[in-house]
Amino acid sequence: MSQSHRLMNGGRIDRSKQIDFYFNGRLMSGYEGDTLASALLANGVNLIGRSFKYHRPRGIVTAGTEEPNALVQLERGSRTISNMLATRIPLYEGLDASSVNCWPSPSYDVMAVNGLFHRLLPAGFYYKTFMWPVSGWKVYEHFIRRAAGLGKSPEEPDADTYDKMNAHADVVIIGAGPSGLSAARAAAATGARVILVDEQTELGGQLLNETFEIDEKPAADWVADVEGELMANPDVTILKHTTAFGYYDHNFIGLLQNRSDNVAYGEDGRTRQRVWRVRAKRVILATGAIERPLIYSDNDRPGCMLASALRAYVNRYGVTPGKRHVIFTNNDDAYRSALDLKSAGAVVACVVDVRKDPSGELVSRAIEAGIEVIDNSAITGVLGSKKIRGIEIMKLTDDGENVTGKPRTISCDTIGSSGGWNPVVHLHSHSAGKNTWRDEDGVFVPGDTLQAEAACGAANGSFSLAQALNEGDFAGIDACSKLGMTAKKRPAVGKATADVDETPWRTLWYIPTTKPAGQRGKHFLDQQNDVTVADVQLAAREGYRSVEHAKRYTTLGMATDQGKTGNIPGHAILSAALGQTIPQTGTTTFRPPYSPVTMGALAGRAVGEFFDPIRRTPMHDWHEQAGCLWEDVSQWRRPWYYPLEGESMQDAVSRECLAVRNSVGMLDATTLGKIDIQGPDAAEFLNRMYTNAWLKLAPGKCRYGLMLGEDGMVMDDGVTSCLGENHYLMTTTSGGAPRVLAWLEEWLQTEWPDLKVYLTSVTEQFATLQLAGPNARDLLSEFTSDIDLDPEAFPFMSWKDGTVGGIPARVYRISFTGELSYEINVPASCGLSLWTDIMNAGEKYGITPFGTETMHVLRAEKGFIIVGQETDGTVTPIDLGMDWIVSKKKPDFIGKRSLSREDTIRDDRKHLVGLKTADPAEVLPEGGQIVAATRPEPPMDMIGHVTSSYWSAALDQSIAMALVKNGRNRKGDTVYVPMKDKTIACEIVDPIFYDPEGSRMNG
Amino acid sequence: MVDAYRLRSPLAHLGLEARAHEDSELSGTGVVMREIPYRGLINIRGDVKDKNFVDAVQKAVKLSPPVDPNTVSGKPTTTRIMWLGPDEWLVITKPEGAERAMNALWKNLKVDGLHASVTDSTHARTCIEISGPRAREVLQKGCALDLHPSKFAPGQCAQTIVSKVGVMLIHTATARNGDPTYELYALRSFSTYLWTWLEDASQEFGLKVG
Amino acid sequence: MFLITCPFCGEREESEFSYGHEAHIARPENPEKLSDAEWADYLFMRKNTKGVHLERWVHTAGCRRWFNAARNTHTNEILAIYKMGEQPPKEIKAMIEKGKTS
Repeated sequence: MSQSHRLMNGGRIDRSKQIDFYFNGRLMSGYEGDTLASALLANGVNLIGRSFKYHRPRGIVTAGTEEPNALVQLERGSRTISNMLATRIPLYEGLDASSVNCWPSPSYDVMAVNGLFHRLLPAGFYYKTFMWPVSGWKVYEHFIRRAAGLGKSPEEPDADTYDKMNAHADVVIIGAGPSGLSAARAAAATGARVILVDEQTELGGQLLNETFEIDEKPAADWVADVEGELMANPDVTILKHTTAFGYYDHNFIGLLQNRSDNVAYGEDGRTRQRVWRVRAKRVILATGAIERPLIYSDNDRPGCMLASALRAYVNRYGVTPGKRHVIFTNNDDAYRSALDLKSAGAVVACVVDVRKDPSGELVSRAIEAGIEVIDNSAITGVLGSKKIRGIEIMKLTDDGENVTGKPRTISCDTIGSSGGWNPVVHLHSHSAGKNTWRDEDGVFVPGDTLQAEAACGAANGSFSLAQALNEGDFAGIDACSKLGMTAKKRPAVGKATADVDETPWRTLWYIPTTKPAGQRGKHFLDQQNDVTVADVQLAAREGYRSVEHAKRYTTLGMATDQGKTGNIPGHAILSAALGQTIPQTGTTTFRPPYSPVTMGALAGRAVGEFFDPIRRTPMHDWHEQAGCLWEDVSQWRRPWYYPLEGESMQDAVSRECLAVRNSVGMLDATTLGKIDIQGPDAAEFLNRMYTNAWLKLAPGKCRYGLMLGEDGMVMDDGVTSCLGENHYLMTTTSGGAPRVLAWLEEWLQTEWPDLKVYLTSVTEQFATLQLAGPNARDLLSEFTSDIDLDPEAFPFMSWKDGTVGGIPARVYRISFTGELSYEINVPASCGLSLWTDIMNAGEKYGITPFGTETMHVLRAEKGFIIVGQETDGTVTPIDLGMDWIVSKKKPDFIGKRSLSREDTIRDDRKHLVGLKTADPAEVLPEGGQIVAATRPEPPMDMIGHVTSSYWSAALDQSIAMALVKNGRNRKGDTVYVPMKDKTIACEIVDPIFYDPEGSRMNG
Repeated sequence: MVDAYRLRSPLAHLGLEARAHEDSELSGTGVVMREIPYRGLINIRGDVKDKNFVDAVQKAVKLSPPVDPNTVSGKPTTTRIMWLGPDEWLVITKPEGAERAMNALWKNLKVDGLHASVTDSTHARTCIEISGPRAREVLQKGCALDLHPSKFAPGQCAQTIVSKVGVMLIHTATARNGDPTYELYALRSFSTYLWTWLEDASQEFGLKVG
Repeated sequence: MFLITCPFCGEREESEFSYGHEAHIARPENPEKLSDAEWADYLFMRKNTKGVHLERWVHTAGCRRWFNAARNTHTNEILAIYKMGEQPPKEIKAMIEKGKTS
């Protein structure tokens, strides 16, 4: 298709660089510098999609981020992105976009039938209709979700990559229009570190869309001069095609950068998008303003646009949106569009002005240019549905609330309306800034804020070019002077050439027809959500007095555009319906993001292998080569079990268990937390933190300890050894190490600063090799000559220093498996070497590496708890039957008082017990709920749950531990675990299944 | 001293030496990275206002613990002491000096009347050195600290986070052309993740393994 | 994302810290002498202040030191940072008093 609406000359596009692209499968072409929207308009396409609720045909309304309608699905497959704004997509070769929310095509859409039944789809329709009966929602939802919603989620993993960058600046300036550039120039001159951000691919902001002159030159030249100056300054960072999407506490700003200027996808191995996390000392909001539409009947027809958008397309892209244009306005500024269209050679049918006898200079120029100006009039109807054929206008009454006289029809295909401008106060609102209502022109301007922030130019409600340039300059100087920085030489401030004085707007929020709203066409406030004036009025009649409630009820201002064009008119309509002023009604709170941010960008590189750190032990490579399966224990990756070829998990675990019980096995226990404790008050400190007594532990000895929260609940356990005078080494659970260290430090620093104790984590200094089984001693003896392994000299619960395999080592004789067991600690860098040597030497004993699963089975056979498995933060040591470790003599320890609370001494608390299934081959499911008596149907009275359950190869039966109400006094009772297809009967028994005397680990 | 053949550095499995050999001819890269393992790392704690403590450290390693937050005393070529907190420091020695420093610190600090702690963490961490014109940018991708040389000058250090990994970070030097060199001391279990992440973040600038 | 000034390390991002709840709750000297209700008060009951709140933070990813902060929970302004064992600055106490009466 030829570019039927492209002008021969003008615009910031490069006509020598043609770009081919696809829209709804149709090949078209545009030029470098185009957006998808400008290229579509150049091709005469202005039917982009269908609306959300009524599936009305919709076209391009704006030329920027405020666009409510022109959403497209960009690309396909793994690169598809939904709801992209055609007005913000720089055109690139091969671009492939399609319409959203219509099927099979925007010109013939089956769901458009909704439009015929619009009386059945009022505000809150879904809430009212589909909420009853409650069970019906399941049926309705399927259809509603398909009928509603915009765009399609990708079904394949994203093929692109994204990353993040942290940055710091003295001054961050958001928006690089005339005020932002002025501010940047003034701030940079002081030597400040400046970041200048703009969402467009070029600097200049609104200047790109205008024919303004600054310093007697085209504004583009001034922009280029300032840009060159800033580029030369190493302390200035310019980020184009970058949106400030959120402004958070303590001057923290989120930016989304598109990293290639005119290409949608990353090149040169770079990420496609980058999220900048910026901390600013001062922020300058130069975010400009968004034109607001006039709300007239059927103002959503394709071809109904903003007045400023018309001249943006003409001036910046060399495109005339239509063949015959009408401007509909309440202000002087829109006359610029009429003038720019006219001077580009486009047809302007007329300007319809709601004001009586408009008299500004721009009005005079329009009349001089031969444009018909029709005053005191309103558009009362739009003819045509997929394409505008014309408008109907009538005279307004003096109060503007009605129309009168005979209608006149004017033929046209494009309408540019302007109801004035709204400062972009979104970011100011994100950071909890207040907005102030300015009654004379009906706008919210930025008010008080807690942040180190200022707004300037149009963002501050100062709409003229001269104001923007001057306010920007002042904001830049002021921000720096607040940081104690001044410029030696102030740069010149740009001077607007031939600035025009404008006459006041006439605020008219609703353009009347001959009938009440909703009865003659639809007055759309929010085109993206299909919210009309009638909907808002209905909400008010139904009692929605709060703007926040009305928003959610009507969906005004929701979805991807967040009501950038329709919010303020919507609030005005609500206020009128409620009979109060706009400041009384207030605005809804603008929240981040300002415009949509891809999930991929928020994730950054923290995906796949970078999602979370994987902690590797020194023996990781050995385990991997041995073909282990891994278990994640917090961030640690631990061998779970080592299957031989053809083995099931159960086979492997049983084999590993039997090897430990009958000969020898080795476990990588490096991940256990280790805390070095030094200081004269170390023993006293341990005594306060653990439930048992610690003052008399002799050097060379180890002791098991249980740590409680102040609420009396078990929080961690482990063995602590006395290494010497005033020197201890505490071990913690693998997952609990950082938490326990933090807990100990908290008490030392906040409650007992008088205690002389220093804590240092040494978890990673050592590799820990746990050798377990009846042959452990014999095997270890081959590796050491200076450690006496005789049980008399080296008994259970003691440790010795020496060398193992020529490596300095500390060996602890402790056991979590119930077998004779040594934990060999060597410098971490030597772990793999020693592990390999011991595995080789142990071959004659059939040494077997074992993983966490086998460790869990072996300890469960012994009835040893695992914190976090047998406990869940509601379990006391008494509940666990571990009162033997709770000192009765110590006057106090953390959690002691809580053990005598009314609740903790109840006799129906859940106790730790063993469970033996009636059928020894049946393994209970962990987490299974336990009942005393079954009923045919739930609910049944649950008295506890299974905490651990395994097949015990050593005992040739299943074993389980459980927390059961009053369980200790129910031994011998039969209880039941009801399952979906059966009920498992089991007997409550003692939780120690294997070697209750402990002769094996003590031997 | 342990026999050298027994030692295996946390990043040994990445074959960095072979890669350094392959990359040796590369020039014009934005980032250079290498692992420097086995440096002596000894954590000491004590009261810096107690003259006996400061004297004992001075006697043991011929260097005083820095009092100023976020600073390092000493020279990279010999022994350094990194500030970790108001009562905590890390003594960094060359690999061959680790054992001697540990013994000397223990002997001088663990005496009657002085409350101090000495803990060997030589094998708990490894050092990743990153340098080159784009090294700062690479770190800023994952580190929220302001690393601008006006804020984080050579000789400054910090305990902070780089892409979810806690690190002890030192700005060791700035070359004449302004290129910085940083050292990151990360716990050994995290070092593979950290190296891989840094390597990924360096790709767009061109990486050389040094 | 707050910017918090660690009294030892200086300005750091919130993600380096952990929150430690209300400050200045001393552990009772003799817990055994307290009634269940008194103990529960120490254990469970905390203010839920809208306005200036005295709270504890720890610089987890930095020096691991605990400290106190006065933060306006409504605006998230951090009004003062002071070390463990210290009392809040006078002007903060005055703000809290004023908040109670207004």
